[in-house]
Amino acid sequence: MAAGAAPPPVRGFVVERGDGRPQLPGSLHVNRRLDRWLSFAEPGVVVAFTGKAELGQGILTALRLIVAEELDVPIDAVRIMPASTARGPDEGVTSGSLSVQDGGGALRHACAEVRGMARARAAARAGAAVGTAGATDAVQAARATGTGAADGPGDPRDPGGPGDPIRVVDGRFVHADGRVLGDYWTLLSDTDLAVEYAGRHAPKPPGRRTLLGRARPPRVDLPDKVFGRPRYVHDLRLPGMLHGRVLRAPSLRARLASPPDAAIAALPSGVRAFVDGGFVAIVAATSVDADRAAARLRDALAWTGAPALPDAHALPAYLRAAPHEASVVAERGDATLPEGGTVLAAEYFKPYLAHASIGPSCAVAHWDDGRLEVWTHSQGIHNLRDDLAKALPDVPRERIVVHHVEGAGCYGHNGADDVACDAALLAVRCPGAPVRVAWSRADELAHAPFGSAHLVALHARVDDAGRITHWRHAHWSNGYSSRPGRAPVPALLGASQREGAPPLPLPIDPPTAAGGGSQRNAVPGYAVPNLRVTGHRLLEMPLRTSAMRALGAFANVFAIESFVDELAGAVGEDPLAFRLRHLADDARARAVLETVVARSRWWRDARPEGVGRGLAWARYKLSGAWCAVLARVRVGESVRVLDLDLAVDVGTVVDRDGVVAQIEGGAVQATSWTLKEQVAFDRDGVTSTGWASYPVLRFTEVPRVTVHVIDRPDEPSLGAGEAAQGPVAAALGNAVADALGVRVRRLPLTTEHLLQAIHADGEGA
Amino acid sequence: MADGPIAFELNGRRVATEADARTPLLDVLRESLGLSGPRFGCGEGECGACTVLVDGVPTTSCDLALDAVEGRRVVTVEGLGTPEAPHPLQRAFLDERAAQCGYCVSGILCTAAALLEREPRPTHARIAQALDRHLCRCGAQPRMLRAVRRAAGLPTEPPDDADHGDTTR
Repeated sequence: MAAGAAPPPVRGFVVERGDGRPQLPGSLHVNRRLDRWLSFAEPGVVVAFTGKAELGQGILTALRLIVAEELDVPIDAVRIMPASTARGPDEGVTSGSLSVQDGGGALRHACAEVRGMARARAAARAGAAVGTAGATDAVQAARATGTGAADGPGDPRDPGGPGDPIRVVDGRFVHADGRVLGDYWTLLSDTDLAVEYAGRHAPKPPGRRTLLGRARPPRVDLPDKVFGRPRYVHDLRLPGMLHGRVLRAPSLRARLASPPDAAIAALPSGVRAFVDGGFVAIVAATSVDADRAAARLRDALAWTGAPALPDAHALPAYLRAAPHEASVVAERGDATLPEGGTVLAAEYFKPYLAHASIGPSCAVAHWDDGRLEVWTHSQGIHNLRDDLAKALPDVPRERIVVHHVEGAGCYGHNGADDVACDAALLAVRCPGAPVRVAWSRADELAHAPFGSAHLVALHARVDDAGRITHWRHAHWSNGYSSRPGRAPVPALLGASQREGAPPLPLPIDPPTAAGGGSQRNAVPGYAVPNLRVTGHRLLEMPLRTSAMRALGAFANVFAIESFVDELAGAVGEDPLAFRLRHLADDARARAVLETVVARSRWWRDARPEGVGRGLAWARYKLSGAWCAVLARVRVGESVRVLDLDLAVDVGTVVDRDGVVAQIEGGAVQATSWTLKEQVAFDRDGVTSTGWASYPVLRFTEVPRVTVHVIDRPDEPSLGAGEAAQGPVAAALGNAVADALGVRVRRLPLTTEHLLQAIHADGEGA
Repeated sequence: MADGPIAFELNGRRVATEADARTPLLDVLRESLGLSGPRFGCGEGECGACTVLVDGVPTTSCDLALDAVEGRRVVTVEGLGTPEAPHPLQRAFLDERAAQCGYCVSGILCTAAALLEREPRPTHARIAQALDRHLCRCGAQPRMLRAVRRAAGLPTEPPDDADHGDTTR
């Protein structure tokens, strides 16, 4: 997609919607009715609905804090309902680190509106004059600045302010004279919340918050997980439930060499098999029977017809040579390099990465009486429903209900939607019986979409005063989004494998204005007068790719922040000072860098032989959170990470420990990606199908991680989930270069790639 | 191979099952006996999500045949404690919010419980080594290490010179 093109009219990318209606905060814009968000039907309980999915990131806990804060009710009184297409808001996809910003922003404003409505009732009971005039203006002002309205102290028209005689305490409206005027449940008992948000009541100004950034309530989802109670979709047990397994073709375009009729006939009675083109599946009464039948049938299947995959060892060359669509991501000044100055050029490479969740994907589907009900850990239940309707033309969309149920860790578009499709395809063949489909470990590592391999070529010039004057960036990769719900054909693996079915849509890149895909963070955050950034999106897809945590930002930030260190080295300047000189216009970038360095307990320590340190930073998507990272490594035969210090600025902090957890977890996962991970494949298919062939970071390899959160209560909240990924990779690369004296530009930073870099350095010297 | 039901002790209660002797213990626990704590992760004993205690020893249940536990004592995360009477580790994991998705946690709690049973005050490196057979993809390991230390009554932050399981230092 060319830069500047109109965003596609699809759900999920968060862009200003040019629909002619006033822009409302976050997801309120497309879910304007208050009863889609809140219910006070159960006395003492605030039921809040969300369209966002709990992925382990703690979003339910953060949303609960936002609701409790805005309504002044006890945290325990708030119950967040999991997403379902049957109720609550449609918030698109839980992705892009936008849930606190968009889902939380919507709930915050919906709560403020309902609080104002309840207060008006309370005031009527009290006979007091209430001031709401001007609140709409206040809301507009708050929206413009991202803050709540702040009228002067003592202003009687300032609800909730020091001059307001009515206070809300634990959900009760109390008059200054001591009278209890009622609570939300009694005051709203005959109020119709099936009305559109009108923006009459502003959220609390930052100075009146008591919970955000301070409270550390228990995580909503953790007790079930710690006591082993059913919580995950894997734990669903429905009466009469059958167990399905799908026997996957080794690659996207492989087909059965011959019908496996004899093998199917030899299966035990009670096991049913279904073959539709390359979609081969069995259904059995128990999971044990299903596993055994699947193992027997798998051995009998022969696949053919797939074009050879690229040479895994020559992926950078493949990415450059493959058919692609080029686009200019950004351009300013004249990026033609003039004579003179210091000029550097370098290429950086990231391999295909797997989501590699610990729990393989799982779903349950039930086809009964012309209605399809699906339980899934998908990030986008409405999008999934759209694509299930495309995949099952006999089932109208309005007859499909999709419920979100928690799954194992989710870091992007993994197998969740595909396994839901598998379950649905089998459920319609087994009317009346719920069908549970669970993927194997090998399926999860080989058949879920990957994060794309990604090549970045950088070329820059620094003038004699040490200023970067020219910057050229080009990258090559597959697109980073092939989520369901966005193409005319279903983006669901099982559907695409059926006889005569259209192939999976090629992954696209979201528009740059919506954060981009492969071009995410391709533009450096530095003041560079002459710059040209170009992207090359592949028009073929040998390995299936889609959205994985941080999308293109992981590779782009790794490249950019590695290269900036190389530039600083070339002109003999300290990497921190070099960066700060180019960040005059971004005080928050400087603040994360200066904070993390100032608060580090080891940054200034002497570095013994083999120990190196490195730093890096980025502002995620150039519109999200700022994150700076310091890394300390020891390099022997392999790289060991000793320390990661991070500073993050997410604007208004909601759940401080939740922010720390996301940054900490992101840092550890990014360390794993950077040090160890690459999808292995031969000409026929993926060969990294187990934990031995796709190793991830282990407990004894985890560094000490220290996180500093800069709270800015006057600024809007920004998501924390993906901010650390790219900066951690670059900080590690820079630390390894510091320790080795040699730059390693190919991920992962394995012994093999270290040795290649050392040899190449020796030859070049 | 024994005919008839196979009996063992599960979380303090004697249970008997007619399931085939070769059935993986994990399937018996989840499908026949209705537990949800032990989780399927890989089926090959490589990730630790299915870990239970067999006579007090952390054991992966996805690659263990049912008849291997005949007459033995099996404890799952459900048997460690309850919300009313949590195991110190369960309380510490809640207090430290020591999980992201939590899928790996029930196995890790079992292994950590066995460690603290043997070594009530383990060093930081010993904790990391004991848990090294468990994979956590969300990167919650720092929190889990803190939680185990808290449950053992140790300061949650490791000493400055602790380098986890690294023995080369």
